[in-house]
Order: sequence, then C-alpha cells, then structure tokens
Amino acid sequence: MQLTLWTYEGPPHVGAMRVATAMTDIHYVLHAPQGDTYADLLFTMIERLPRRPPVTYTTFQARDLGGDTAQLFKDAVASAFDRFKPRAVLVGSSCTAELIQDDPGGLALALGLPVPVIPLELPAYQRKENWGASETFYQLARHLVKPPDKSAAATPHKPCCNILGPTALGFRHRDDVREISQLLQALGVEVAVTAPWAASVEDLQNLARADFNVVLYPEVAHTTALWLERQFNQPYTRVMPIGVSATREFIQEVATLAGVEIPPDLEKNARSVWFSRSVDSTYLTGKRVFLFGDASHVVAAARFATEEMGFEVVGMGTYSREFAREVRDAAKKYNVEPLITDDYLLVEEQIKNLHPELILGTQMERHIAKRQGIPCAVISAPVHIQDYPARYAPQMGFEGANVLFDTWVHPLMMGLEEHLLGMFREDFEFHDGVAPSHLGSVRAQPTEAPPPQKSVSDQILVPSTAVAPITATAWSTDAEKELGKIPFFVRGKARRNTERFAMEHGLSTITVETLYDAKAHYSR
Amino acid sequence: MSTMIPIQNAEALGCTNTPVLSEKGQREVFCGLTGIIWLHRKIQDAFFLVVGSRTCAHLIQSAAGVMIFAEPRFGTAIIDERDLAGIADANDELDRVVSELLARRQDIKLLFLVGSCPSEVIKLDLTRAAERLGRQHMPQTRVLSYSGSGIETTFTEGEDACLAALVPTLATRSIRGKHLLIVGTLADVVEDQLGALLRKMGIEQFDFFPPRKSTALPAIGPETVCMLAQPFLADTAKQLEAKGIKRLSAPFPLGAEGTTQWLQVAAQAFGIDAQHFENATRAPRQRAEQSVARHRVQLEGKSITFLPDSQLEIPLARFVYQELHMKLLEVGTPYLHRQIMAPELEQLPSSTRLSEGQSLELQLDRCDADQPDLIVCGLGLANPLEARGFTTKWSIELVFTPIQGYEQAGDLAGLFSRPLLRKLKLVA
Repeated sequence: MQLTLWTYEGPPHVGAMRVATAMTDIHYVLHAPQGDTYADLLFTMIERLPRRPPVTYTTFQARDLGGDTAQLFKDAVASAFDRFKPRAVLVGSSCTAELIQDDPGGLALALGLPVPVIPLELPAYQRKENWGASETFYQLARHLVKPPDKSAAATPHKPCCNILGPTALGFRHRDDVREISQLLQALGVEVAVTAPWAASVEDLQNLARADFNVVLYPEVAHTTALWLERQFNQPYTRVMPIGVSATREFIQEVATLAGVEIPPDLEKNARSVWFSRSVDSTYLTGKRVFLFGDASHVVAAARFATEEMGFEVVGMGTYSREFAREVRDAAKKYNVEPLITDDYLLVEEQIKNLHPELILGTQMERHIAKRQGIPCAVISAPVHIQDYPARYAPQMGFEGANVLFDTWVHPLMMGLEEHLLGMFREDFEFHDGVAPSHLGSVRAQPTEAPPPQKSVSDQILVPSTAVAPITATAWSTDAEKELGKIPFFVRGKARRNTERFAMEHGLSTITVETLYDAKAHYSR
Repeated sequence: MSTMIPIQNAEALGCTNTPVLSEKGQREVFCGLTGIIWLHRKIQDAFFLVVGSRTCAHLIQSAAGVMIFAEPRFGTAIIDERDLAGIADANDELDRVVSELLARRQDIKLLFLVGSCPSEVIKLDLTRAAERLGRQHMPQTRVLSYSGSGIETTFTEGEDACLAALVPTLATRSIRGKHLLIVGTLADVVEDQLGALLRKMGIEQFDFFPPRKSTALPAIGPETVCMLAQPFLADTAKQLEAKGIKRLSAPFPLGAEGTTQWLQVAAQAFGIDAQHFENATRAPRQRAEQSVARHRVQLEGKSITFLPDSQLEIPLARFVYQELHMKLLEVGTPYLHRQIMAPELEQLPSSTRLSEGQSLELQLDRCDADQPDLIVCGLGLANPLEARGFTTKWSIELVFTPIQGYEQAGDLAGLFSRPLLRKLKLVA
C-alpha cells in the first residue's frame, strides 16, 4: 500500500478514455462499478467538452456481484453498439472489474459484432493513466492500420506526415496541435492524420500512408511511432518543440525528414527571445527553479528555463517512470539529482530542502507552493479547469514560447518591488508577509521555509532524498535578526548555507560574522 | 395550526401509491467516497483515508483538487499488486500507512478508514482494522471505518455510512429532559438559524450531528428524539432507532413550507403551543415566502425533470411544485426509502412520474420526448445536454449550498431560476 495525498496520474482506463474521447467514431465499453462514471466529468467539466465521452459503463453494484456480471457486460456491449453504431469498439476493465476477472475481450468477441473489437489489457494495480493512453493508442494502431498502397506512395506528392499523441484531457494539446500544424504548413509539409485527436477509425487505418510521423507527446505516442517505424519504415521526430531553440531544432528535423527548404520568415512572431534579452529581464538571471511533471514537459521546460530564461535549475523530476531515463540524462546536464517518483510527499520534501525561488510543476506542486509560500507556474498535467483556457495558449512552437515567458514570469515579484523590498524592510504595505503587489491580494505568505526547530506537524516521515536538514547549530539573536534582512525568496537558501558552513567549520553558534563568512564562502 | 397543513383535496395521498418506475442499467452517479468532499470541511479535525485503488484517489482529487490545499484532509492508501498477491499482509501495510500519516499530522483527532470497491471485493476487514488501530492510537486519535464504495453506496449515502459509523461512539446523555438530535450535515449558517428558531420556540436542548469538531460529539439518552435534516440518512436513522431513539417523521426543511412543517413536527413533539410556534416563525416564514415569490414569476408553469443523484430529488420536487408552481415531469432518485419519504410523497401531485435507479440511455430518451424546460442532473451530463439546447441545473450544487431553512428559501429558488435567467441574458 502507498499513502497518497495527491496522485499524479489516474488509473490506466482513464488513459484509454482519453484516447477514445479524442476520437470521433469509436466507443469504449468499460466494465466498472457504479461511481466510476466520475471520469466523464474530467471531460465534460474540466475540459468542458460539449458532448458525453463515448463510454458505456456497466456500473455493477454489490447485488450484481452475486449474479452474472459477465452477462451484464455482454448486454452493455450489445446495447451500446446498437445505440451508438461505432466503427470500432474498445472493451476493458476498471480496477474493481479487474478483480472479478470477467474477461471483457473474450466476451465481446463472442458477440460477433460487425466492426473491429479491440480488447484492452490495462493492469490497474501496476500501471497508470499515460501508460493506459499509450497502450490503447498502440492497440488501436495494431488492430486498424492498413498497409499503404505501394503505387500511391511511389507517385510524386507533397511531403506529408502524421501528428501523433494529442488526446482529450491533454495539457494544451488543442493549441499545440494548431501551432504545430501551422508550422508544418509553413514548411510546406502536409498533415495527413492527426491522431488520436479528432481522428476517425478510417484515419487510423490510413496512418501508414504518411512519409513520417511527428511525435508531439512521447508519453502517449512513442510506442505507436516505434511500431509504425518498424512496420512501415516511417521515421519519427525526436525533439519536443517547446521553447525557441527546441522549435528551431524541430524545424530542422522535419525539414530533413521531409526534404524541404526552411522558409526565412518562420520566426516573425517569436517575441520571447527579445523579451528575455530586454534589460527588464536581467533580474531573472540565476533564479533558482525546481521542475516537476511528466518527463517530456520537464526536460523541455528545463532547457527553456536555462537557455532562454537564464534561470538556474536546482532540481528536477518526473512521475513518468517510463521516461525516467530522459530526465536522468537531463539532470546530469544541470548537475542536479533527478527525482523519479510518483510520491507527492517526496516531491514536497525535495522542494523543502532545495528552497527554489520558483516551482514549475503540475497542479499538485501548487499545493506544495502554497504550503511553502513559493511562486509557482504550471507546465504539465495533471492540471485543473483553469489550465484548459478559452484563449489560444499553446506551449509548443514560437507562440508557445511567448506563452511560457509570460506564464513563468507572472508569479515572480517584479524587479523594482524586489529591489525596494531588499532596501526597506519595514514598510507597512510592502513587506515580506504579503504576496507580490501585482498579484493584487494581500494574503499572507510564509516568508521562508520553517526554521529547524519546527513543529512536529511539519516533519515528514519519509526518507529524505536530498540533503538532510542541519539542526545541530543554534542561531544567535543578532544573526537571526540579520538573516531577516535578506530578501525572503533567497532567505531559505541563505539559512541553509550558513548552517552548513557552521557545521563544516564546527561552529556551535551562528553569529552575524558566521552569516557573512558563509555568504563570502558560497559566493565564490 | 390548521393553516400549516397543506390543503387536502382529491389528491390527498399525492404520490404515495403511485407506481414507481424501477430501472436497472448504466447509472451516472457518484460513489459514496464523494461525501468526503463536504464531510472533511464539516468535521475539521477528521481525516478521511480511503483504502482503495488509484481510481478512488483520482476521483476525490478530480472533485476537490481545484482547491489548493496547504494541508490536505483526505488521502488514499492505494492497494498495489503486492497487497493483492498476498505478498504483503494488507493489514500490516495499512498499519504502516496509518502510522506514517498520523506521525505527519498529529492534529488529527478522528481518522476514518473509508472502504472502496476494491477493498470490499477483496474483503479487507476495515472494521477490525479500525478497532486495532484505534487501540494503538488512543487517546490521541480515534479510528473508525465505513464504506463509501460505489457497489454499495451512491453519492450522499457516503455521509449516511459515515454518520452511522459515528452513532455507536455517541456518549450517554447525563442531562435530564427532552432532547432533540438533528441529523445530517448542514451549512454552519443554517445550523445557527435553525438553532435560533428552536430556542425562540422554547426548545433549548438540541444538538446537531455531525458536529463541527469530532471532540464535540453530542450525547444521546432515553429522552432523545431525532429528526433528519437530510433525506439520505436511512442507515443512520436505523442505527439511532436501534439505540432506542425515536425518529420524528417530517418533510425536509426546504422552502418556506418544508421548513414550517419540519419545525412544526419538532414543536409538537416538545409540546409547544400553537401561538408560541406562530410567534416564533411568522416573520421568517413571511420573509421566505416573499423571496420565493420573486423567483416564481420566472418559474411558474415551467416543466422540470430530476435525474437521480442525491435522494434530495423528491423533497426538491415538492418544493418547486408547491412553492414555485413548476410542472413535474419525472422525478428520479437513486434510492427511494418509502418511510422516510412518506411526508414528502403525499404532497407531490399524483401525475408525477417517479423513478428509482437508472438506465441512463432510456432516461435520456425520455428527456428527449418530454423536452423539459429544466433538467436537474450531474456534471457528466449537464454540459452535453446544454450543448443540445436543454437548460440544466447541476445537481451537486444542491448538496454544496446552504439551501435549508427560511432564510435560504429564496436562494434555493434562485438556484433553479438562475440557469433560465442566464439563458435569457446571453445574447451571443
């Protein structure tokens, strides 16, 4: 058993729902207990879709368990088919149905429906949402894709590709698809099929016709792209076009695969490069950031943070175990310890030890940020309703970089206010205890990580992954007061450095001198 | 007092003997775990630990995670392969997880182990686990268990199961005299108002259950009588009755009429004379009637269908029929407890189509045929129905909003008129 306060991913059948809901003429029959229909809300409320997800649930209850739940399932498949007339049917179990072992695949095949029936084996007690989405997409491709017509491939045509990976309930998938489609169009590359987003069964059958694949979200599409490459020699793109440099690299990759020239005016709307160079952004240099999310967004965001924002990555991690290697490699580049976990408490502990000035994470990191009083922006799913905005808000391409710049800078205190706070500490209106004034409210925020002699409720009984808190030295009153003069967003780090310095030098009491000695020591 | 009694006519028995359409099929409802979302705010020093799968964890955070918590008050012990394969002893694992949790959060006074579908199916005995852990962590933390699983409970029945688990822990009352226990989670403001009215009528000894702190659980004794403030508390009522507590049957305190009838039942049980009752309730009742009347202009004659969700449907249908003069098409409820609902059913028009349970697609077909002016339904259906041109009122809000009592009667009516008003306002 694992104690979970927040979970980063849903169960794998939610991943399957994301694929089914993204598509247009498929139906998913899910063997599940009453109540599991909550998942419909993810789509109708959080993503605000104006239609019901194409999912029929058996919604069995306790009294059904004594009877024939297998028959219940068969009836559900038959009536769903009659009512919705899908072009293909997905069948599977949720976690509870997995325990009663009714074999949805076998039962549905026995019905002899006139359309493809695709059974899904999604081990709910081992795997999670993204794996479920990826597996579902892969199974759909395996069952549906038809070999391409050789003669059609031989005739000269405009280079064309598929876009793979966008699903329902994806973080900014809607706008990323638009941004990248426009980019591909500008490059003179035609998009044959985008899948699973808005794809039909027929579209999937035609996947093998394109010259190559653009993989936007490896978490969903990598397995399928790999299979398509093996089966039909379709190469696929490796770069996730988040940030200006990555987008340029992506363009280069596509141009090579498609054999096209790169037109000169692609970057005319890329403003983030100039914004970041403008002197107003100088104060962003070396801001300490912590990143967490799905692997591909974290790796891409870390690159944007260092190369295009001038931040310093002090920690990064992911909950996607399937792509842990990518994050480990990236972490090496920034010389930080990678955190591969789906345990929210470990992430919280790590952030507490690192004292970042900005957290780039998921909805869950917003809880941590609130608790520790650290500015935070969202870069990855899981997200809530506010991150399915009405406005155009891609993460990818040049417009995506513009969006990232605005989103990440917003929670940080602005330059002038930061300077003045450092100079005058006793202002009745602008002081440590209040949020940055451009955020409008006067809510109090914790001014630093709790001091070592913290209350018991702050201690987390999980193995510490990073540096253990140093608790053996005591602060003199003067030093404590002096520490209070350091701007709050770096104070936690100053406290920790000073304590480490004192420990290393065997000092039992920290004086004002020690504080400045440590400052000099670490500023080398 | 005769003015309080609804006008008796040919339909004297209302819906009491109407056949109920009982359906089986896909049910678009929440499981009882959802109750945690309001219970954790009501009982502030309690923690709800679901023992279940990732699906359970996902459900609760999808529903409540839009609020940013500095200190979450619920969590899930996720069962994994090792627990299923018997490699790890599930009970040992549970003990470990609970110790971990209680070490992190020493302010927890009451811990609920909440059963789920997976834990029920693998027959993990949470009742015994709660006893064992209770012994271990007393007096710091009391540990109880209940089931919020989808296979056994629907939405608000989670609260029923939770309160039923609390009943055996209620202390014996030492103070003499007749005592009223008001059962069911109410908004704090509603509790305060109802409390003030009871006092004004001359009823001094009463308690609300559940209380705001787990340390303030009411005591009950032979002179205690109870009244339900919420319709979905069948098990809790049964538990209380088993302890020898008499349940006073009343309609639910929704709208001016419902509140008056509910208070009247209390008044009668405590022997409050009619004049006294009239004096205490006249002003707020008139206020409530006036504020409801403003919305009646908007809603009179409009047709309405309730899809099953919380068991509040029948009392709400009575309110919109009786006080807003709406036309009832279908009133669906996940579960119909005839005895508890009796005072409500007799006030519904006999033409009402009552349905219990659900076969979703068939019920939506009936909506298509009926074309109601307003559909009360869950969030999984609301936007899709709106997109098809229907006007909907999402039902969960009726559980999350103060709607009981006189002062909320206008607000309650407003919940029904707002979607229609909005439709008129939006021009694009």
